[in-house]
Amino acid sequence: MILVFCELKDGKIRKPSLEALSEARRLADAAGKQVGAVFAGGGAAGAEEAAGFGADVILKAEAPALAAYSSDGYAALLADVVKAKGATILLAAATATGKDVAPRVAARLGAGYAADVTGLAVKDGRLQARRPVYAGKAFATVEFESPVQVATTRPNVFPVAPCPKAGTVEALSAAPVGFKAVVKEILAKAGGKLDLTEAEIIVSGGRGMKEGANFKILEELAETLGGVVGASRAAVDAGWGIPHSMQVGQTGKVVSPTLYIACGISGAIQHVAGMSTSKFVVAINKDPEAPIFKLADYGIVGDLFEVVPELTKALKG
Amino acid sequence: MKILVALKQVPDTETKIKIAADGKSLDPADVKWITSPYDEYALEEGLRLKEAVGAEVVAVSVGEDKAKDVLRNALALGAGQAVLIRTPEAGEPLAVAKALAAFAEGKGFDLLLFGNKGFGADNGAVGSMVAELLGLAQANLVTKLDLGEGTFRAEREGDGGTEIVEGSLPAVITAQRGLNDPRYASLKGIMAAKKKTIEEVEVPAAAAAARVSAMVLPSARPEGRKLEGDAATQAAALVSLLKNEAKVL
Repeated sequence: MILVFCELKDGKIRKPSLEALSEARRLADAAGKQVGAVFAGGGAAGAEEAAGFGADVILKAEAPALAAYSSDGYAALLADVVKAKGATILLAAATATGKDVAPRVAARLGAGYAADVTGLAVKDGRLQARRPVYAGKAFATVEFESPVQVATTRPNVFPVAPCPKAGTVEALSAAPVGFKAVVKEILAKAGGKLDLTEAEIIVSGGRGMKEGANFKILEELAETLGGVVGASRAAVDAGWGIPHSMQVGQTGKVVSPTLYIACGISGAIQHVAGMSTSKFVVAINKDPEAPIFKLADYGIVGDLFEVVPELTKALKG
Repeated sequence: MKILVALKQVPDTETKIKIAADGKSLDPADVKWITSPYDEYALEEGLRLKEAVGAEVVAVSVGEDKAKDVLRNALALGAGQAVLIRTPEAGEPLAVAKALAAFAEGKGFDLLLFGNKGFGADNGAVGSMVAELLGLAQANLVTKLDLGEGTFRAEREGDGGTEIVEGSLPAVITAQRGLNDPRYASLKGIMAAKKKTIEEVEVPAAAAAARVSAMVLPSARPEGRKLEGDAATQAAALVSLLKNEAKVL
């Protein structure tokens, strides 16, 4: 069986989890295996949605003790499910939570682990993972030696593929106790904005933005597109009040959105490493020689303070 | 209080990556080696605790002889002790974690500090794996850390915003940018570090759980087209292309 750790938010399965689930279904069909979607929490309302995305079984661990996420608690639970089901592959989305728990599960099971994979295949019954290394400057193929194989899938890379299956619900009776660390509180982002790594559209600003207040025009464009705003390291380091959590690049977030709009970003190697796997790249920069144009599908040489508002206007119109 | 800080030696982040003749590893020619950037925040946090509460800071690195450079640097910055851990098969996260856990076990560390990921392999796994192998609490991607009596409170970058994680010590904490501003080594520190000894320990190889069988460079993106005209014309052309050609809107 291939197991997928799925995350719920507001009664819906998070999109990165649906991507992992869809990929698990594809692998299971190729290898003649079943797919189990695993949910954990104080409740798991909405878990049944997994049946529509290839889950043969839906495994729910619901307990008050699981209401607050715990790395060690969730890892113990997931490792127990892997053992109980004799699963050989465990996938999770490479979200902050997925990347927090998956390596712990791998260590608990003596399993090989590959993070942030962008391609998966089953060859001779063994998992093969393709993943970016050196922040996307190279790609490695990882082969597993261990009986159990654990991987996290990079958001926005694997397509969500509806595939109705039985989705038989099974309650997991495990009653975990004595967690060593728990999340006590979440200070939500303003407006419940998506994390950059999950956004399908990113509008990013660099040194060419000149000051933090000018990011307002990027916010307006992003809002019109249903995207989120990112920044280059130059913008974050400039002391404009742009938080590091918005930074795209080798020392920030590595993103793979469908559309990446770089505004006033020159395209330093350290920035490119964080966004070169975007499907479509638009560059707006007044310097026609800026390296960012080398990887932009569409380039606009011009003043971003004129082009960006025009773009917002054209999209609204 | 006794603190372990795990440091990884990695290629400078500006390095142009070339693949070695074996087709599965980095060509080390012309590579400048540095301490993995996130590890610097881990070390700084340890040094601040040394200054604040007199903590004992032990810097360790799993690697080869050249990794002594990052340990020497840690000594120059203020670490009290530096240990090079040699182990075969140190290329995959679980093997590295097992070597670190084997070293740390029974030594009474209250806090084990890591960078949230080592630049290069980018798995971000070793800290969590060590926590699991030693049965410890963990908090990853930490931007603020407060210690209590046998407890910790950490702010970490979560999916929906900042998560407040509370747990018991000993614990594994992995550092994110924002945790602190790492210091530079003083000349006095550098001179003093030259006289200090870097200890070396051997840890037997753990069976590899995974291995890299191939490494390739990404295919270059074809150069796209530039849109002409004034700002309004360029904007209209772009919207049309995104809708009709790229089909992303």
